[in-house]
Amino acid sequence: MQSTLEIQTQNVGVAPGVLSKVDEAPVVISLDHIHKTYTMGDVEVHALRGISLEIKQGEFVAIMGTSGSGKSTTMNIIGCLDRPTKGHYFLDGEDLSQLSKDQRADIRNKKLGFVFQGFNLLSRTSALENVELPMLYAGVETSERHRRSMAALAAVGLAGREKNHPNQLSGGQQQRVAIARSLVNDPALILADEPTGNLDSRTSVEVMEIFQRLNRERGMTLILVTHEPDIADYADRVVVFKDGKIKSDYRIESPRNAAEELKLLPAVDFEDDDDDSETVVNEVAEQKEA
Amino acid sequence: MNLLMIIRVAFRALVRNKMRAALTMLGIIIGVSAVIAMVSIGQGAQQSVQEQIASIGTNLLFVSAGAQNVGGVRTGTGDTGTNTLTVEDLDAIKREVPSVSMVTPTVNTRSQLIFGSQNWNTQIQGVSEQYPDIRKWTVQDGSFFTDADVRTAGRVIVVGQTIADNLFPGTSAVGQTVRVKELPFRVVGVMARKGQDQQGRDQDDTAFAPYTTVQKKILGSPRVQVAYVSAISADATYTAQVQIGQLLRQRHKLGPQDADDFSVRNMSDIADAANQTNSIMTMLLASIASVSLLVGGIGIMNIMLVSVTERTREIGIRMAIGARSSAVRTQFLIESVVLSLTGGLIGVLLGLGVSLLIPSLLGWPTAVSTAAVIGSVIFSAAVGIFFGYYPARKAAALDPIDALRYE
Ligand SMILES: Nc1ncnc2c1ncn2[C@@H]1O[C@H](COP(=O)(O)OP(=O)(O)OP(=O)(O)O)[C@@H](O)[C@H]1O
Ligand SMILES: [Mg+2]
Repeated sequence: MQSTLEIQTQNVGVAPGVLSKVDEAPVVISLDHIHKTYTMGDVEVHALRGISLEIKQGEFVAIMGTSGSGKSTTMNIIGCLDRPTKGHYFLDGEDLSQLSKDQRADIRNKKLGFVFQGFNLLSRTSALENVELPMLYAGVETSERHRRSMAALAAVGLAGREKNHPNQLSGGQQQRVAIARSLVNDPALILADEPTGNLDSRTSVEVMEIFQRLNRERGMTLILVTHEPDIADYADRVVVFKDGKIKSDYRIESPRNAAEELKLLPAVDFEDDDDDSETVVNEVAEQKEA
Repeated sequence: MNLLMIIRVAFRALVRNKMRAALTMLGIIIGVSAVIAMVSIGQGAQQSVQEQIASIGTNLLFVSAGAQNVGGVRTGTGDTGTNTLTVEDLDAIKREVPSVSMVTPTVNTRSQLIFGSQNWNTQIQGVSEQYPDIRKWTVQDGSFFTDADVRTAGRVIVVGQTIADNLFPGTSAVGQTVRVKELPFRVVGVMARKGQDQQGRDQDDTAFAPYTTVQKKILGSPRVQVAYVSAISADATYTAQVQIGQLLRQRHKLGPQDADDFSVRNMSDIADAANQTNSIMTMLLASIASVSLLVGGIGIMNIMLVSVTERTREIGIRMAIGARSSAVRTQFLIESVVLSLTGGLIGVLLGLGVSLLIPSLLGWPTAVSTAAVIGSVIFSAAVGIFFGYYPARKAAALDPIDALRYE
């Protein structure tokens, strides 16, 4: 992990260079004065007004801010789903601001993993096939695809659930399938826009536990948008947006540990339970007791 | 991403919506099977004409009395009002035309055959003893009458299977005596079964007697309506046709300005006319059937458009995780081609099934056309590409962010 975690910046509107000096890890993402302006008829909406941000390999960053402050817009740009109106975006040192549609698709496929608030799994498609999907587009051969999907599903605690369709899985399980899907092409970065927005608090902790594990054990770089300060506390750095600008950017000295917290919560056995609806009911019941 | 993967993705997407896929294919299934069945009927008709011609023999010529009506090539035309064809003419043909091997006049009449209490109205053909050889028609029981019977105008008769079945059920016809116009005739043979001719007439409902007997004892007239002439070989048919024409003009003393008062036709003239009619019918039926293929294609386009809208979110997800526009376009195009092609293949099977059933259900001969099978499979794939292109392009043009937000 980062050796210089104790050095903390709480300055408002800190320049991106200040943070990078304290960390030896290579920079994965660098946003340089990113602007995004939407034109709706005669009205111009300035969604982003000069975002500059650097994120290093192995960082777990939470993005917070009021609704409409430009968090999702930033995530879309980082996620190569959208292009900035002005400014530059570097991923692994490569300027991606003006790539073509196909080039962006390839970057999304090979370098990025997405986890969405609404899970965004293909319906009527098994968990395994959902997880295989990014590898289909990457041209990974069948046996390798199968092996990697099984491993990814096992890593998120869904071994034995490969055949289930999304409607046969609880929300938390669906989100874990989505995380497995985001992992399989071994991306440089996982982007999660409000991944716990549709989940109850216990399930949220479970999802955060997976994120923390991926971050700590595999050194995976994570960017997570959340409205909940509780969730942001699992990250080791928080960036706060306001009106299309970065309001503050600080490190969390001692992030919450989801694995520890889960041990304290009453156990709910997922894997030995075949009836999903019952599992969900159990979860809710446990939640009420807590 | 390679094509195989995209095909796999397309198949998975279709399997997820089996009922809809099946209904969408229905238009193509009906179209293709209709085309194949129609063409099979047409080909069957054509083939049965060919078979009949082959069974009659390609070296067969028809000589008939009276001028041939313009463009009319109808078998059995014999102008009953003229006496322009005589037995002497036929003897001359046999004698003087070297490319002719056999000749038989035919003098036809309808009459009642009476056997005991049974009676049967049938066609009686007066022919020579060479008739079975010329028509390549064998005698099943007994034998055909001889040249002696012809010379002496003997009261002998050979009957077809239909007559044998109806007048002599359960007993042998040969050796029995039937009465025709109060005259007793001895049945000397029964012809082999021949079936229907191309006009659907029962060829087995015919009796044969020496032409001399029919002329003298039944009709009382020396007239000859039609003669069958056999050329020495198929290649000699045309020469024979020309030489017969010249000989008859000479014998009938026709001047250079005079039109023929007879006609000589060969089998291929008759076959060509029949085939032409058949082809026109086949084309017509097949084109009507292919309209339903087109309608099927429009059905596919409709469903694919609905599907693109319905699956906007799915498209967004695929794009977000790295599908290129071209992969999305190919996926939808392949879905549409898989729909139409699967429909086409099912249609082929159905069409083949129908083609096999038609002969026993409707009594029409059918012959499956390989060209029609291959053609309709290719055509259905083309329908899928053509009608799937627009929806596929629409899917590929979607913006991933908008598509992901789509509710
Ligand atoms: N496609 C668009 N067209 C026009 N305006 C847009 C579009 N997308 C976003 N915006 C505007 O840009 C601003 C930033 O939106 P964004 O979605 O990034 O906010 P957010 O921080 O993610 O908010 P929330 O917390 O509610 O998700 C908002 O004012 C929004 O209305
Ligand atoms: Mg948002």
